[in-house]
Amino acid sequence: MLYNESSPLEVRILSRRFGMPNSASIETYLATDGYKALEKALGMSQDEIINEVKASGLRGRGGAGFPTGMKWSFVPRQSPKPKYIMVNADESEPGTCKDRLLIEYDPHQMIEGILIAALAVGAQQGYVYIRGEYRYLIDIVDRAIEEAYAHNYLGDNILGRGVKFHLATHSGAGAYECGEESALLESFEGKRGVPRIRPPFPAVAGAYQSPTILNNVETFCSVPPIILNGGAYFAGLGTPKNGGTRLFCLSGHINKPGVYELPMGFNLMRMINEVGGGMRNGKKLKAVIPGGSSCPLLKADECDLAMDFDTLAAAKSMLGSGGVVVMDEDTCMVKAALRIMRFYAHESCGWCIPCREGTTWLRKLLTRFHEGMGQKSDIVLIGDLAKNMLGRTFCPLGDAAALPTISIVEKFPEEFEAHLNGEPCPYEKSSRLVAA
Amino acid sequence: MTFSPELEARFEKFLAKYPEGRKRSAMIPMLIYAQDEVGSMTDELVEEVARRVGVTPLQVQEVLTYYSMLHRKPMGKYHVQICTNISCLLVGGEELWDRACHKLGIGHKQVTKDGRISLEEVECIGACSWAPAIQVNYDFYHDVTMDQIEKLIDGLQSGRNPEQIADLRKVNS
Repeated sequence: MLYNESSPLEVRILSRRFGMPNSASIETYLATDGYKALEKALGMSQDEIINEVKASGLRGRGGAGFPTGMKWSFVPRQSPKPKYIMVNADESEPGTCKDRLLIEYDPHQMIEGILIAALAVGAQQGYVYIRGEYRYLIDIVDRAIEEAYAHNYLGDNILGRGVKFHLATHSGAGAYECGEESALLESFEGKRGVPRIRPPFPAVAGAYQSPTILNNVETFCSVPPIILNGGAYFAGLGTPKNGGTRLFCLSGHINKPGVYELPMGFNLMRMINEVGGGMRNGKKLKAVIPGGSSCPLLKADECDLAMDFDTLAAAKSMLGSGGVVVMDEDTCMVKAALRIMRFYAHESCGWCIPCREGTTWLRKLLTRFHEGMGQKSDIVLIGDLAKNMLGRTFCPLGDAAALPTISIVEKFPEEFEAHLNGEPCPYEKSSRLVAA
Repeated sequence: MTFSPELEARFEKFLAKYPEGRKRSAMIPMLIYAQDEVGSMTDELVEEVARRVGVTPLQVQEVLTYYSMLHRKPMGKYHVQICTNISCLLVGGEELWDRACHKLGIGHKQVTKDGRISLEEVECIGACSWAPAIQVNYDFYHDVTMDQIEKLIDGLQSGRNPEQIADLRKVNS
């Protein structure tokens, strides 16, 4: 059963097996071109695989959008240490719920992508780091791994081709910060999930200080179609430098929230109105978080744009992780800013002082403000505090907390003004977004 | 400390997953699976896991305090986790949370006197497109309505398990 109906506007490459009977089984996978990309890759050189991925224009689907082929090429060819593949299945960016589906419906696609990455860099061991809350997905991946071993797609002599690769799952235990690559590696090693200073990057010193390819689930899932159909084919689905399709997670005040696979560069307004069925209850659009809660918000009149990494960057926001959160005219933006900040204050690991103290004080300021006890000078203070966090932390969590806050306070100053002088939240009557 | 044969088998698998000399990697997976059986991060469990992965109990303590799912005191038999993060908030997650707290007379990470139900206001659980969402133990429930949360709480209080509560269907198989 699918969690939401698909849309006729979708281009289903990664999600093409979603909804098929027993879509997670190796039988279904093999009956639908499964592991054919691996067989093809077994006949390719490491450079050929990496060049194909480079040609595809695939960029990391976890949020940063770093070119995947380039990342793979940073792994040193000659290494006295073993190399590792690490899958980031610690999906926890608010607004994002796509990796869950990719694993639930098609775990073998991810495994095949992992195997091709292993061939590309000569790794013999991989791990899938899955957030602890996704316990049932750990069982699904474990089952798929067993099937892959039984069919000789994993093991000491894969398909009799003299290639060795082993794969296992690894459970997290509840920490957003562990989705950050270096914190994930620390957590994987049985430590607190605090970020590492980089460089060196994981490609050189990752798991156990060994060369490691670390990518998001969806990134690995994109690899089999790229190898099977060619990088140029995948690139052609998207916009320049933004190859392929991606899974967008539509949520919030729209008629048909859901996860939809659309070409990179799909127009955001069309996404809301045609894919997502338009605004709920005929309300007007107020703002959109385009790619998970770490991204600066877009005002309604800024939403007529192509959803790719470069267009969003030009609009001073980010494409992020594909979590599109839609807010209608009745949404209290102060409340939204507060809820987002509460999250980052909770999840800040406490390692860097600007993030630990900044998120805590911003949470306090926004709480006070939303309760109607703010002062006019707080509006400036909130922006200043957030700006002082930017670029001053080891990992991107500090920026992730600051950026949406800055965007809200700069784009919706009138909403902050309306909370001044002890006035109750002006949305209290008309909205579900009211103080408890 | 003794565990069930199933958990022992799982531990053995965990410890074999990682390279030679890297047993410490098994610590967090061991703790989170042990929690299902032991109930919480007891001193005894901490010492046992420390011994098995070859670190000091203090090193395990230091790690476990970081992770929100590792509980230092037992939660209820049914741990009801309600997401109020942004996507859930927009469609009523906070109201579900308030209602559950009000009905049970308990708050965040608190347990009912009979030890049956506990509540936790959780951060994003990855169900944003099917919000508001909750988890009961490890099971997901999507598009949860106020009526459903009422029935869930009433049902759990009257001794039923989530599967026996009409109208409520977990989405993960």
